[in-house]
Amino acid sequence: MQPVVRRRGVLGRQLRSELLMVFRRKRNIAMLIVLALVPILIGTAVFVAAPRPGEGPPLVSQIAGNGLFLSFAALTICLPVLLPLAVSVIAGDAFAGEASTGTLRYLLTVPVSRTRLFAIKSAGVLAYVAAAILIIIVVGAIVGATYFGINGVTLLNGETVSNGEGALRAAGIALFVFVDLLGLAALAMFISTLTEVPIGAMAATVVLAIVFAVLEAVPQLGSFRSLLLTHHWFGFGELLRGEVNMGWLLRDTTIPLSYTAIFAAAAWARLATADVTS
Amino acid sequence: MTATAAVTRVEEPAQTGSSFAIRTTDLTRRFGDHVAVNSVSLSVPRGAVYGFLGPNGSGKTTTIRLLLGLMQANSGSVEMLGEQMPRRSAAVLPRVGTLVEGPAFYPYLSGRSNLRRLDAFDATSDRRTSNARIDAALDRVGLTAAAGKNYRRYSLGMKQRLGLAAALLQPRDLLILDEPTNGLDPQGTREVRTLIRDLAADGSTVLVSSHLLAEIEQVATHVGIMSAGTLLKQGTLAEVLSGTAALLRVDTTAISQAIGVLEQLGLSIDHIAPDYVTAKIGDVPAEKVNAALVHAGVPVRGLALQQPALEDMFVELTGKGYDVVR
Repeated sequence: MQPVVRRRGVLGRQLRSELLMVFRRKRNIAMLIVLALVPILIGTAVFVAAPRPGEGPPLVSQIAGNGLFLSFAALTICLPVLLPLAVSVIAGDAFAGEASTGTLRYLLTVPVSRTRLFAIKSAGVLAYVAAAILIIIVVGAIVGATYFGINGVTLLNGETVSNGEGALRAAGIALFVFVDLLGLAALAMFISTLTEVPIGAMAATVVLAIVFAVLEAVPQLGSFRSLLLTHHWFGFGELLRGEVNMGWLLRDTTIPLSYTAIFAAAAWARLATADVTS
Repeated sequence: MTATAAVTRVEEPAQTGSSFAIRTTDLTRRFGDHVAVNSVSLSVPRGAVYGFLGPNGSGKTTTIRLLLGLMQANSGSVEMLGEQMPRRSAAVLPRVGTLVEGPAFYPYLSGRSNLRRLDAFDATSDRRTSNARIDAALDRVGLTAAAGKNYRRYSLGMKQRLGLAAALLQPRDLLILDEPTNGLDPQGTREVRTLIRDLAADGSTVLVSSHLLAEIEQVATHVGIMSAGTLLKQGTLAEVLSGTAALLRVDTTAISQAIGVLEQLGLSIDHIAPDYVTAKIGDVPAEKVNAALVHAGVPVRGLALQQPALEDMFVELTGKGYDVVR
């Protein structure tokens, strides 16, 4: 009997396999295309309607004045619905999808440890969330530069910074939105460990995101609302002011990071102990 | 059931666990009030082809899930290839090929891509030989021509073949095959039988669960029979069948006269029909019965000795009903 040899580079192979699965799946590619269409459509609409700088809604006139603002506008438009939807689909599918095809039992008997599987699935989800944000920002910047040019970035207070600093601020905004969506992704992954029906996990996550938005609109809830995942979701506007208040940024990311920690731990605990009956 | 006790008795191996590929001790799993697996002590000797039999819902698949660590037992222990499970699954499972409750793959990937993914997740697999091993496994189950096709478009038989290919990606010391011939045509069933024999000839232990008894009888060296969560009987095929008596069938028009002769010889009557009678022959030689019948003037039209089949044993143990046992 041959001794079992654990080989080098296993994690790399597993991650590569997972990323190929995520990024080759037609459904997932289609969602990225939809997200990429948002800045293209907004940019084209603004370009065709062509309000002069200073006219129209503030964000729109900012776009006409500066290309990079197209990325920020598209991100702001995608954050309430489209991005949470994409995250729910990917993260809700993470374990429920494997359970529904029955492939979960075959991965576990390969064997892959449950903790390792959790790590690999998480990596796939994180990569997709990052890709979803980046595609909006990058396509936005390209379309914006083409239509309106990027010559320094004019901030919300009228101050203009260099293209380099503009790019840095765009990266900061991407990171902020990424942290926002992490909380939702962790929640969806936890729900995904509770069911063998991926659509159920996706729908439940979307419903919860809507519940957050509804509760947010009830003023009687007072300070309780600051515990809602979505309460500070749009705090990245801070990165478009002249003086960035880092304290505020940290405060705004505390809630999403807490959701991430709590639900990622719950998802791992559930996956590590659950009977696989699918 | 003294016969059962005798058959299920297991000789202690010289070194603990060395001569058994699978050994469970009082394995029990409950779902609420329902005991799905009730104190099952499975003994699968190394090199055996172990037929794991039982009606639907008898606990075969739950037992297999417990063996593989997919489910946790309420009590009892599992030892596989000499190691404790599920604690040592990282060391044990790479040497175990599995087909659990039917094949399961990603419908939007091709057969080959599906195998590639499983191989990529195996910490013990050598990536340099990956393609060669995948091709060999596909070839072994006759799926090379359809390897590039999406799994979604596979027929049931092709899916089953891909499941077997996945179990054969690496050389295995143990194969656990749950209903491997499900959905296969007679040709495919034959191929699986040959495959199992080949695997056993190469030194692998095979546990094959099935409800197709004739199938098992042709390949198994050992059998275990489950019913309502309990392992009723296990041992070598011969041991298990020895509990079932051979039947003697006498075709005659003089039924009552024949019954008289048979009972006089100490045979117990099994079944009486208008034109024949069957009796458990026990140790009485058939020729002696023949002579006695002729001597008594019974007009015998036919005399046949029916050797016990696994099916008779199975039905005798698990009942004739079609109900799913809960």
